[in-house]
Amino acid sequence: MGRYFRRRLLTAIPVFFGITILVFCMLNLAQGSILDLMGEGSGATDADRSALAASLGLDQPLPQRYLSWLGGLLRGDLGNSYANGKPVAGLIAQRVGPSLLLTGTGVALAVAIALPLGVLAAAQPRSGWDRTASALSLISFGVPGFFLCLAGIFLFSVTLGWLPANGMYAAGRFSGLADLLRHLILPAGVVCLSSVGELVKQTRAACLETLGEDYIRTARAKGLTERAVMVRHAFRGSLIPVLTTILSHIPHILGGSVVVEQVFGWPGMGSLLFSGISGRDYTVVMGVTVVIALTVLLTNLLLDLVYGLVDPRVRYGKG
Amino acid sequence: MGRSPWARFRADRRAMVCLYLLCAELLAVLLLPPLLGLEPNVSDLEAGFWALPSAEHPLGTDDVGRDLLARLLSGGQVSLFIGLSSAAISTALGVPLGLLAGYRRGAWEFWIMRLADIFQTFPSIVLVLCLVTVVGPAALNIVLVLGLLGWTGIARLVYGNTLAVREREYVLAARALGARTGTILRRNILPNVISPVWCSIPLRAGRAILSESSLSFLGFGIRAPQASWGSMIQYASNLTVLTGRPWVWLPPGLCIILTVLCLAGIGDGLRDALDPRFDGGRP
Repeated sequence: MGRYFRRRLLTAIPVFFGITILVFCMLNLAQGSILDLMGEGSGATDADRSALAASLGLDQPLPQRYLSWLGGLLRGDLGNSYANGKPVAGLIAQRVGPSLLLTGTGVALAVAIALPLGVLAAAQPRSGWDRTASALSLISFGVPGFFLCLAGIFLFSVTLGWLPANGMYAAGRFSGLADLLRHLILPAGVVCLSSVGELVKQTRAACLETLGEDYIRTARAKGLTERAVMVRHAFRGSLIPVLTTILSHIPHILGGSVVVEQVFGWPGMGSLLFSGISGRDYTVVMGVTVVIALTVLLTNLLLDLVYGLVDPRVRYGKG
Repeated sequence: MGRSPWARFRADRRAMVCLYLLCAELLAVLLLPPLLGLEPNVSDLEAGFWALPSAEHPLGTDDVGRDLLARLLSGGQVSLFIGLSSAAISTALGVPLGLLAGYRRGAWEFWIMRLADIFQTFPSIVLVLCLVTVVGPAALNIVLVLGLLGWTGIARLVYGNTLAVREREYVLAARALGARTGTILRRNILPNVISPVWCSIPLRAGRAILSESSLSFLGFGIRAPQASWGSMIQYASNLTVLTGRPWVWLPPGLCIILTVLCLAGIGDGLRDALDPRFDGGRP
């Protein structure tokens, strides 16, 4: 047990450093481009350039800058925004809640649809359930998220006028749960729709595979109803592969909600990232990127450890 | 039973329809502009801005009077080029890296797979967005970024299969006969791990087209005067265009969906055709 945990932790450490080095290198390339902007013909003198370089810390050697940035990151200090001088960590902290609300609702909806639908599609191949499942996975794979957003706005905001198409609150601040929910439905629906297909597909495949196991034959042989076989045996046996799918989809789902946030003007980390990129506010961009990547790394690590506790096959199979 | 993979693929009606549609689309975007004399970057001052669809401009004109059909086709060239060539780059990187990691194991395995872990912790759109901003949003840069970032899935696939194949007797026999590592990888291992890769190439191309279109839609990818399907849908962020002129944004959207679904259909068809167990329909 301890050996599995140690191994898993040890593989996470180089990934952590890799993520931070990658983000830091991008930050540097981008900062270099700021100095280039002040090059020939911009009216800036060499003194201006070195003053800017010093204020951004660009006059120090690269490894030293990486270490001081990493030290800041570990203490929760991501530097200050170029645009307004506020600490980036604080800006991100304001955005975490809305992002979690949006992505969490979308994923919860997707799981709530995908699990029963996947089981039904596996239990009755070629039925209406199965066709619904295939249609959903085609939509999720083939229709770009931003197009789903536009279609949703076109249908529900403009044509029917039922739902707002922008922001999180009508009055610009919290004014009741109903208002928040009305704003949440469309973006969360898009997040749900763009991740539900893969989940349904994997649930169906995992269930079909479990249905071939010996213990299913045993369950049928002892005279259980088909319903009990499906729900209590096939579904439970396929939970781990389904969880693995959800897990491996976290980066994809987060990327999807980044785009959804931008289209709907949802005040989360995604729209912060986009405003940072448009404004060349690179400390914000790198802060958001590193926080997203580390969140993924941490969830993967935690859930792997939980697997190891729950399912001994995981510990010995890979360990 | 016993039919060749290509014969099985041809017998798969859905996959063939997808293949024909994709070929027709490729031919259309490549041949129609010169045949019809369409100019994507010329403003028609007589027709004016936001002209309605007419015989002369079947999809109308855009905000500066450029023919939208011409832009749809030239945007198609850009989107299809980016999707297909970045998938080729991802495959060319992912296959050798996966082979090396799976066959050599040890330090190769550790570093290559950790590198894949690193890339896979980022939502791909976030990394693509940052890198494209850094290197500049030219079509060729987008191809390189998408190609360089897309290798992880293919490498994992090849790696997993190589791990299984490397312990087989024929690999041992080749090693005992003194074959060099390169030869073993090429002659003994590659042919046995490559078939799932063929199915994932079209899917990879589909994902790349989706990434490019999201990027361009949000204004961080292909920019005017060049067009891509994603950047054409950008007009729909304007509510009057969204509601009043669906012929502006619907065709590029449908083109993206059609292309990605065709690529997925071809991928599925290849999977079934290359796996003898699938002969004669679904499992």
